[in-house]
Amino acid sequence: MAEIVIRNLRKEFGAFTAVKGSSFTIRDGEFFMLLGPSGCGKTTTLRMIAGLELPTSGEILIDGEDVSQRPASQRDIAMVFQMFALYPHMNVRKNIAYPLVSQGVPKPEVQRKVAEVAKILRIDHMLDKPVGGLSGGDRQRVALGRAIVRNPKAFMMDEPLGALDAEFREIMAEELRALHDRMHATTVYVTHDQLEAMQMGDKIVVMNHGVVEQFGTPQDIYDHPATLFVADFIGSPAMNFLRFDGTAAAGSEIVTLGDTLIPLPQLQEPASGQLVLGVRPEHVALSDSAPFKGRIEATEYLGTTQIVTLSTPFGLVKARTPSTTPAKAGDLTGLHLNAPRLALFDATTGRAFRTAANAGVHHG
Amino acid sequence: MSAYSVTEPSKTSKWAAALLVTLYTVITLLPLVWIISTSFKTGPDSISYPPKVFFDPTVEGYVNLFTTRTRPAVSELEALPPPEGLMEEIARRQGTIITGPSRFGERFMNSVIIGFGSTALSIILGTLAAYAFSRFKVPLKDDLLFFILSTRMMPPIAVAIPIYLMYRELGLSDTHLGMILLYTAVNISLAVWLLKGFIDEIPREYEEAALIDGYTRFQAFRKVVLPQAATGIASTAIFCLIFAWNEYAFAVLLTSGNAQTAPPFIPTIIGVGGQDWPAVAAGATLFLLPVMIFTILLRKHLLRGITFGAVRK
Repeated sequence: MAEIVIRNLRKEFGAFTAVKGSSFTIRDGEFFMLLGPSGCGKTTTLRMIAGLELPTSGEILIDGEDVSQRPASQRDIAMVFQMFALYPHMNVRKNIAYPLVSQGVPKPEVQRKVAEVAKILRIDHMLDKPVGGLSGGDRQRVALGRAIVRNPKAFMMDEPLGALDAEFREIMAEELRALHDRMHATTVYVTHDQLEAMQMGDKIVVMNHGVVEQFGTPQDIYDHPATLFVADFIGSPAMNFLRFDGTAAAGSEIVTLGDTLIPLPQLQEPASGQLVLGVRPEHVALSDSAPFKGRIEATEYLGTTQIVTLSTPFGLVKARTPSTTPAKAGDLTGLHLNAPRLALFDATTGRAFRTAANAGVHHG
Repeated sequence: MSAYSVTEPSKTSKWAAALLVTLYTVITLLPLVWIISTSFKTGPDSISYPPKVFFDPTVEGYVNLFTTRTRPAVSELEALPPPEGLMEEIARRQGTIITGPSRFGERFMNSVIIGFGSTALSIILGTLAAYAFSRFKVPLKDDLLFFILSTRMMPPIAVAIPIYLMYRELGLSDTHLGMILLYTAVNISLAVWLLKGFIDEIPREYEEAALIDGYTRFQAFRKVVLPQAATGIASTAIFCLIFAWNEYAFAVLLTSGNAQTAPPFIPTIIGVGGQDWPAVAAGATLFLLPVMIFTILLRKHLLRGITFGAVRK
């Protein structure tokens, strides 16, 4: 297993730049998520680590060795493709054995390893079946088997759950995570599903338009988004944005929205101009005594909680409240924003201002 | 209530379709039946009017096809010792004696060597080129592909004289190699275009998986792409073989003694000892066989190949 270091990685396809100078480190044994909307450069980044694309510039270090210009076959990594890419003219056993055959592993050894892997993945009863007739989940397991049989330095997974239906996805996500916890293999996993990334990843890189927006643990990224894009992309419903013009000096613990004073974590730098106050729905409480007022537009009942949509002078706000909180459409109520969990963004650059709360967060 | 389906054709249209297909089959097969039955007729039977549908079959045509004969005087014929072997006996029945083998066997082998040789070469070169066009960034790719296709636009007869002169200079006229190269040059455009379509349909992920599994690009091509392109390769091979096998214009102009193929040879049979239609028909029948067998052997691939990519799985 290995540590993977990415330095100023850049990829241009003609005039189009898919990845614009990414840098991050994947520690040994980490389950690492590359997250972003389609076209953000996450798959290109993964393919460069795997050796299927050569970077225009920058370095990829696997175990301290620069492999950026080496062909895939010499990098000793395994990959699970979105469409599985099982060799259709071979049966399950041959598919799993194929990477070992290329290394010239003796036959009895191949048989032993294939049997071992098949047992771990619970596909030992279907080794002689053709891959064509397998269900999505089983294909996924065979693809995983082909990846783990060789004991490579790292695993690349390109949306491996994307081709499965919702029910299977849950099961496979759990299996994948359990497999990782058992093998402690460095894994780089590409997904556009923020829930999947949060649920499975040790670390997440959020990418957008070829740029790394933020790099950190799921908690860091959820609680302290570094940019407006990350704040909007992570979480469902997304973070609420209250847009206003204002000024706040460094050291200030308050911003003024209209004529309401809103407390927030102490600012570490001055902020002025077009600003955005970000608050997650679960940090908005309804309280008649709160000075910041809004009118209830709609409520969505979700069992234990409900999503209350309110209109305020600074835009719509969604609040996640216990379903026992009384809320009726049309009523005027106060919104209490949980001060320690607020974020302040610059509306033009999208960057989050440094505050006492997000001081340690890694910016992309 | 009767079953009703939007997609199921009605009974009438099914009958109409069956009738049309039957009619088409009859029209297509009739000349074949005619040729094959003529090959088993005697000379007089073959030209009798009205044509005989029922007749006593004989292999006279085949004997005549493979031999050269003379027709001695009746007295001479009667003075000969009794015939040895079936062929001699059949020749004797027509009042002839066999003087030696004909050149048909040789010409037929020429056809086999040139036809299958050029098909193999077209497929090997075509597959490699198609793979490169399908997978790699080739400078001027579209122009090159169009150029390759454009070699097919001119009728053979238009380039026959330049090729004849060229081949004379190069010492390629009337050689097997020359004909193999020529038919390959004609077929390669078809092969590249057809095979590129087939290879385009094979997802790149398969090769990428093989590359990551530690195989080189060429190993990935051979072990992963080729088995999946088998369908396309089979149907392309049939098309190439059919062209090379049936080609007449170049063969008649560029070959005479050494490398002559069967198509220009068969008509010359007519001239040997009167109009020997059963022998011509026998030659045509034997000539039909290789392509027919080849097509039947590969027919599963051919059917899948022709509809390949039409329906997404």
